[in-house]
Order: sequence, then structure tokens, then C-alpha cells
Amino acid sequence: MEITPDQLVYWRWGPIAVNATLLWTWVVMAVLVVASWVLTRGLRIDGTITHRQNLVEAVVSVILDQIREVSGQRPQPMLPFVGTLFLFILAANLLTVFPGYHAPTSSLSTTAALAIAVFVAVPVFGIRQHGLRGYLKHYAQPSLFVLPFTVMGEFSRTLALALRLFGNMMSGAVMVALLMSLAPLFFPAIMQAFGLLIGAIQAYIFAVLALVYIASATRAHDQAVARTGPRVEE
Amino acid sequence: MAELSGLDWVGIFSIIMASVAVSVGSIAPALAEGRAIAQALAAIAQQPDEANTISRTLFIGLAIIESSGIYCFVIAIVLIFANPFWGALLARAGG
Repeated sequence: MEITPDQLVYWRWGPIAVNATLLWTWVVMAVLVVASWVLTRGLRIDGTITHRQNLVEAVVSVILDQIREVSGQRPQPMLPFVGTLFLFILAANLLTVFPGYHAPTSSLSTTAALAIAVFVAVPVFGIRQHGLRGYLKHYAQPSLFVLPFTVMGEFSRTLALALRLFGNMMSGAVMVALLMSLAPLFFPAIMQAFGLLIGAIQAYIFAVLALVYIASATRAHDQAVARTGPRVEE
Repeated sequence: MAELSGLDWVGIFSIIMASVAVSVGSIAPALAEGRAIAQALAAIAQQPDEANTISRTLFIGLAIIESSGIYCFVIAIVLIFANPFWGALLARAGG
């Protein structure tokens, strides 16, 4: 039994091996790209809108509302990153309804890559919001003694982010595989359905945690402004 | 009783410690999550209007609590399926 789709190699040519993680990640990306390309044909802002446009607008506005509520900031700058994370993980987890599919999120490589993307994005958003000095200063808030802990927390939460998604998705896959050998008739289907619920919740949690980290990096400046003067932007 | 080699002991202790890790790692987060959910339900009962905010915070909190259980599960899986000591001993025995 494989505990990670990394070990499942479909095609090998010299040093290049296409394993299940790689293949299904590209499939998920292709599905997302083709779906967005098809759904965003013929968008318009006057008259009646098509069903497809209604669907896309609903998805985007729900994500925007969530970002606004969780972060308490203007949601537009974070929408591309957080929305992509959410949609990618959601699609990767929900496609498990198709037989033969291995969720790329049940491999530690994928989740570590996503967590590292968040790890890089937090300083990028923070520095874009209030400069290198302002961003680095918030590591030493409220005093210099907390500096080792905030730096350590930066790494440990990245590790936690990767392991949480991996552990949840992998445990679902392992559970289904075990039940398959014990009671193959009915119970794997229930666990699979439960796994879909877990997958959706984990996609939401990953995106919200990424958002919370980004928001905490961009918020510090706002509060400093609020103390000294009126806030410019609500 | 036959003499047990180092490899056997690694196997025995890996299995025992994997089950200990999973059981401790499921008891503690289960208690903590039950407490969190009870508090959240009480809060929702007091302020039904704030149910959205409370349940969102609850979900994030549950995920964070749950991750400690997940760590234990990952350790147990590593002990059983990808034990580094087992691999090292096997390599030494074979080579």
C-alpha cells in the first residue's frame, strides 16, 4: 500500500519520473484553467448575464466576502492568491470522486509547496503594504525579546500548514484503502463521502489560515496609523 | 523463546509506540475539541446573530487543535510504513 502518491510512478524516462502527484496536479491545473477559460467567455456588465457568468460571479463574490470578513481589510489585493489556493485545493480534494484519481494534496510534496508559497507570500504582501523596514519592525513588536519567537513561529506555522493538509488528506486515503481490504462492499463509500467533506473543510481552512497570516502581516501598519492619525481607507 | 534480534525489537516497539501515539494523540484533541464546540454552542445560543463569526472562528480553532492529533497520526504512520531505523537496520543486515 502506498502512503503517498509520490511512490506511484506512471512513466519513467531516464531521471525523469512522472508520478501520480505530478500527473494529477497538472490535471487539476488543466481542469481549473479550462474551466475558467470556458466560464469567462463573453462576460458583460449590461443587460442580462449568462448562467456561466452568474456562477463565476457567485464564486468570486463569496470569496471576496469571506476575505473581507476574516481580514477586515480591502479584499482585492489578496483575492488572486487566496482564491487560487482555495480553488486549487478544493478541486484537488473533490476530484477524488473519480476512480483512479489520487489527490495530489495527500502527498507531502504538494502541501509543502503550497505552504512554502504562503511562507513567501506573507512577507511579499507585508513589504508591499508598508515597506521593508515597517515589515521587519513588526517582528520585534512589542519588544525585542519576542524576536526569536516570532521568527520561530513563522517557520513552525508553515510546517503546521503543510502537515495539517497532508495528514488530513492522507489519513482519508489510508482509511479508505484499509476499509477496502476489510469491508469492501459499502463502508469505503461512506468514508469517501466523509473524505469529500473533510477535503472541502480543509481547503477552506488552508485558505483562511493563509489569509489570516497575510492579514496579520499587512494589518500592523494600519493599527500604527490608527493610533497616530485618521485611517485613510476603510 | 527464540532470541530476538535488533530488527525484531525495532518492529515490536514501533508497533507499540505507534498505537500509543495514536491513542494519546486522539484522546487529547478530542477532549479539547469537545470543549471548544461546547463553548461555541453556548455562545451561539446566547447570540444567534453572531453564529457566522463564531462558527468560522470555531472551524479555524478546531483545525488548529486537530493538527496536534494529526502530528501524532503522521508519526504513527511513519513508524509503521516508513520507519527510518527499520530501513537502516535492514540495510546493515543485508549489506
